[in-house]
Amino acid sequence: MSDETLRRSALYDEHVALGARLVPFGGFEMPVQYAGILREHDAVRHRAGMFDLSHMAQFELRGEGVADWADGLTVNAVATMKLDQARYNIFTNERGGCRDDVLFYRLADRWLLVVNASNAGKMWAYLNEQLDRGGVRLDNLHGKRALIAVQGPEALDVVAPLCDLDVRAMRYYFCGEGRVDGAAAIVARTGYTGEDGFELFLDAEEAPRVWRTLLDAGREAGLEPAGLGARDMLRLEAGMPLYGFELSEELSPLAGGQAWAVKMSKPDFPGKAALASQLAGDDYDRIAGLVMEGRVPARSGYRVFSGDARVGEVRSAAVAPSYGNRNVATVLVPKEFAAVGTQLDVEIRGARHAARVAQLPFYKRSN
Amino acid sequence: MAQPEGLLYSKEHEWLKLDGDVGTVGITDYAQNSLGDIVFVELPRVGHQIKQHDSIGVIESVKSVSDLFSPIGGEVIEVNPALEADPAIVNRAAFGDGWLYKVRLKDPAEAKTLLGPAEYDALVAEAG
Repeated sequence: MSDETLRRSALYDEHVALGARLVPFGGFEMPVQYAGILREHDAVRHRAGMFDLSHMAQFELRGEGVADWADGLTVNAVATMKLDQARYNIFTNERGGCRDDVLFYRLADRWLLVVNASNAGKMWAYLNEQLDRGGVRLDNLHGKRALIAVQGPEALDVVAPLCDLDVRAMRYYFCGEGRVDGAAAIVARTGYTGEDGFELFLDAEEAPRVWRTLLDAGREAGLEPAGLGARDMLRLEAGMPLYGFELSEELSPLAGGQAWAVKMSKPDFPGKAALASQLAGDDYDRIAGLVMEGRVPARSGYRVFSGDARVGEVRSAAVAPSYGNRNVATVLVPKEFAAVGTQLDVEIRGARHAARVAQLPFYKRSN
Repeated sequence: MAQPEGLLYSKEHEWLKLDGDVGTVGITDYAQNSLGDIVFVELPRVGHQIKQHDSIGVIESVKSVSDLFSPIGGEVIEVNPALEADPAIVNRAAFGDGWLYKVRLKDPAEAKTLLGPAEYDALVAEAG
């Protein structure tokens, strides 16, 4: 993709002013880091970090039929969601692979659906093709509404004084509509870092002012802007999948370690038969956590061996400050190599490096 | 951004400090800043003969893997022992404690092909 076609977040000028390093991501020019990935990771784990996630696509769904319609297209339950609840879900294809992994937010008069930036065009087209199933209207807010995430142990104390909602009483994976620094917003206690925190969905025009207010309000608590580099490290430590790495059109929710989200009791959804077959056979290649024994980092795409046999590949990898600074990864391997403790080798620049399968997640917050 | 005097520079962003027939090699501050948090450095073994401009090692940051090129040829006589436990020294002191290795020069004339501080500064300014 050439630079000319890259879109800019409403917060682009803020990133430039903060000295961010910008990279193409999901069709947008987004900050990969500000002061440094490790420092930003540390801020999120121990204080607070603030992310611009405006590249993620926000769709809104309206109509009596939304819950049943969405239940027919996804693996997790939608109709059982309570008012103001948020829930992770996966749209599957007929082979049981993942079209996208998403979050649904059930609001009073509509639903918010947040899809991956890399899948925004594909999902918009797919959802529109499904509208003849009835009773649903779709709006595309991609690029029109910004998303700011404040994550970390101090996030609540930074966000709460600026909200006219009682966010202290808001439970994890719930949301509400109100005002943040005077701007109309959906405030959700959700995130992708393994920490407590909030995601603020608000109009693009209001976003720069709210961003600056949050930076000021959080300064004393140690809030820092954080980029997509830190976010990837944080989510991998927390065992959260990233579409294109742990989940894909070819990798099912089961293969990607998201069996907990698959409700086989639902009447039907695309690929249900394929997933039933995978569950019965239990012989599919799957994602496992991996820890390198030595100091050489694994990287996405590196080949994984058991003895002389090539058994899989590295999907995601990072140094994990919250896991003793070890080099960790996810790998896609057959079931017999996915058990915790299994010794494997990763091929790095022609040499084999010892590793062992480890329990996911690598990090779980204590509170 | 002025570059330290008394050093020579390669277009691949390595620096060389000459002391008689021994050269000390590192990466520049511009290079460490571009790479971001450095998490692993792979250097040639002591005793290894390296040629000028050869790819002789690897430097890995949180996000990237980059080849290290040799600004000068010769025999590797020492590698920085501190980098294995703490490769981030390169981020903190690229021109000082974050040096990478020392080499006994084979042909000191090779140094003439390297850049001076002002020339390297111009190269960096152009790169942005």
